[in-house]
Amino acid sequence: MERVAVIGVAQTVFEARKEAETYADLVYEVADQALKDAGMDISELGNIVTASNDFLDGRTISSMAVGDAAGAAFGGGLNISTVEGDGAFAAFYGLSRILSGGYSTTLVTAHSKSSEGNPLLISNACFDPVYERALGLDFISAAALQARVYMERRGLSERDLAEVVRLNRAKGVLNPHAQVRREISISEVLASKPLAPPIRELDAGPLSDGAAAVILAGEDFARRRCSNPVWIEGVSLCADARMTDRQLWESAALRKAAQAAYGMAGIANPSDEIDVAEIYAAFSYQEPLWLEELGLGAMDKSRVNPSGGCLCAHALVSAGLVRVIEAVLQLRGKAANPAPEPRRALAHAQSGICGQSHCVWILGKN
Amino acid sequence: MAKRVAIVATGQTEHAANRWDATGGELIGEAVRRALEDGGLRREDIDGVIVGNMDHFEGINGVEHWSIDANGGLLKPVLKLTTGGTTGSTLAVAGYHLVASGLFERLLVVGWEKNSESDTTGAITTAFDPVWDRLVFAGAVSGLAVEASVYMRRFGVTEKDAARAAVRDRRHALNNPHAHLRKEISVSHVLDSPMLADPIKALDMCPRSDGACAVVYASEDAAEKICPRPAWILATATRHLYSYLGDVQLYPLKSLEAASGEAYRKAGIREPRKEIDVMELYTPYSFANLSWMEALGLAGPGQAARLIWDGATDMGGELPVNPSGGVLSTNPIGATGLIRAAECALQIMGRAGARQVPDVQVALSTGFGGCMWSDLLIYGRHKPA
Repeated sequence: MERVAVIGVAQTVFEARKEAETYADLVYEVADQALKDAGMDISELGNIVTASNDFLDGRTISSMAVGDAAGAAFGGGLNISTVEGDGAFAAFYGLSRILSGGYSTTLVTAHSKSSEGNPLLISNACFDPVYERALGLDFISAAALQARVYMERRGLSERDLAEVVRLNRAKGVLNPHAQVRREISISEVLASKPLAPPIRELDAGPLSDGAAAVILAGEDFARRRCSNPVWIEGVSLCADARMTDRQLWESAALRKAAQAAYGMAGIANPSDEIDVAEIYAAFSYQEPLWLEELGLGAMDKSRVNPSGGCLCAHALVSAGLVRVIEAVLQLRGKAANPAPEPRRALAHAQSGICGQSHCVWILGKN
Repeated sequence: MAKRVAIVATGQTEHAANRWDATGGELIGEAVRRALEDGGLRREDIDGVIVGNMDHFEGINGVEHWSIDANGGLLKPVLKLTTGGTTGSTLAVAGYHLVASGLFERLLVVGWEKNSESDTTGAITTAFDPVWDRLVFAGAVSGLAVEASVYMRRFGVTEKDAARAAVRDRRHALNNPHAHLRKEISVSHVLDSPMLADPIKALDMCPRSDGACAVVYASEDAAEKICPRPAWILATATRHLYSYLGDVQLYPLKSLEAASGEAYRKAGIREPRKEIDVMELYTPYSFANLSWMEALGLAGPGQAARLIWDGATDMGGELPVNPSGGVLSTNPIGATGLIRAAECALQIMGRAGARQVPDVQVALSTGFGGCMWSDLLIYGRHKPA
């Protein structure tokens, strides 16, 4: 793979409800900031990929609401496309547009406002309308089934998972973009309201309104224009069977995506060769599950989700792209809880019920 | 190094107003199976899958995951793309980039829609801004009616001119076994059909269809092994310019003018009317077959009607347009733009059957949707330099 770098990143502050801002306002904020972060003028931008979800936005063609804000009409019009799913998946498409030789830079944006809809009902629409929907499954009750079977397999207790929450929340205190920035104790987690046993309110990432953006650039542009490019060493994605058709205590798709990304980056021993990891764990149980499948089960917890992860801010559609952004900030030495001299970072994203798809990014300084 | 990319296999379902016999997943499976058979490929030969439709028509969130059994993507990279009416052409453009990147050697691209399960206009209405546009100017037909009115007023173009363009597409559909509407109509049929939104009448407008289309893209390393005469992608361009209908300039169609300008430049085309042998245009209503030809640089302002009446765009004419019968004959929305790509590929491959245009060297397809947006691809018989 030819070399492509992340040269600009931006994220909003994530909040439970952003009353004053439309989707377009959020996307404009991050597109503008990402360009500034990259030291670029919009006239230098090659093309755009936006990420959004029609159900969450309550609009068909949800990309239409944010095209203007992302710069689609600039200078007679830029080539633009839209991925539905997490922004990290959109960034994969954005990367391919540079590698195809057509563009030197791609702006990738992602946005959502969970506060404007009913995320439980919306996630019920991911299930088959005939066979599954009437069971009342949604992304939390489905996750509860996955949590139960994973805890059973690994002998994990609710207290073990509460410890995952405690650690993430402690890290999130220093993250200026996080939605919740207060330390909590294990007993607070265990005393919080059950959502779908064994998942309690504090085991679930707080749903957020917000947006994120990155700018990717080919090697020439990145070297010429950027003093601190973060290089993409490997990236892959993989989709699994529907949750009703697979074993929920494991993820063949994540193993496969990780192996492919490690292969591209020339990584043989991930836990030795990756210095810091940002994992899209929407619930406490997902952090050990995804780490295990990434081959990072033994990684020191101080190097996992230094941002506080999705347990401190969970903006659907943006959350995976935020993991990429936090990994970039780590490699720049500009993150809230900087890992000591990291050279290589991993960012993980998921999409679909119980992590049906996964996307793994390996980023490096050299 | 970027790879050259070709379409090497295609598959379409039978398209109909209501495919009672098939679920959405089964429609996808039908198109995917046909595309794989067409290329002599097995599911294992495919490196990745991209899927697209418009979520609010079927009410399924995360279609790429819901359809995983049918779309061939199990334990492979799968992406979902959605941009409204341009979904199919957006998929076609994405197929090119993903394979040209070198990240995929053989990629399956799937567009589908089961419009019989939808309130099509109701869903499209929600695309528009809830405060500024939705109450006054939303939906597919009304915006186009305003565009047609501007065009007629400015150049003295008539409803009869547009009707002739509808007659052409519907006549061409008689040659296409996959077409949804296969019944010849006359100019007077169109003029006498029920009014939808003045000046657009029922037979000026595309139908809503159930159907799916799958296309296999391959890099230069694999293309000629799968297909002896693949359709090479020479250029792509997308212009999704506007968010608000009030911002749209209604003549000429700016998005198509800009996209075609870019694509002609990339493909080295100076005189499109002479250098392109066949076009499959996403023209969802009859008037688009006139005014959008002008945006494509094929006729001067207000002059396209003459091309249509002269038969220049009929089968056997100087530049046949929509040999498949076009969108006026078949419209499974998320697949519609991709069907244009598949039809262009069949023309280049020389495998378009009764709708084949002789000796096609260069073909062009478009996509239309969103807020008067356009996508465009150009295909060639010869591998690009």
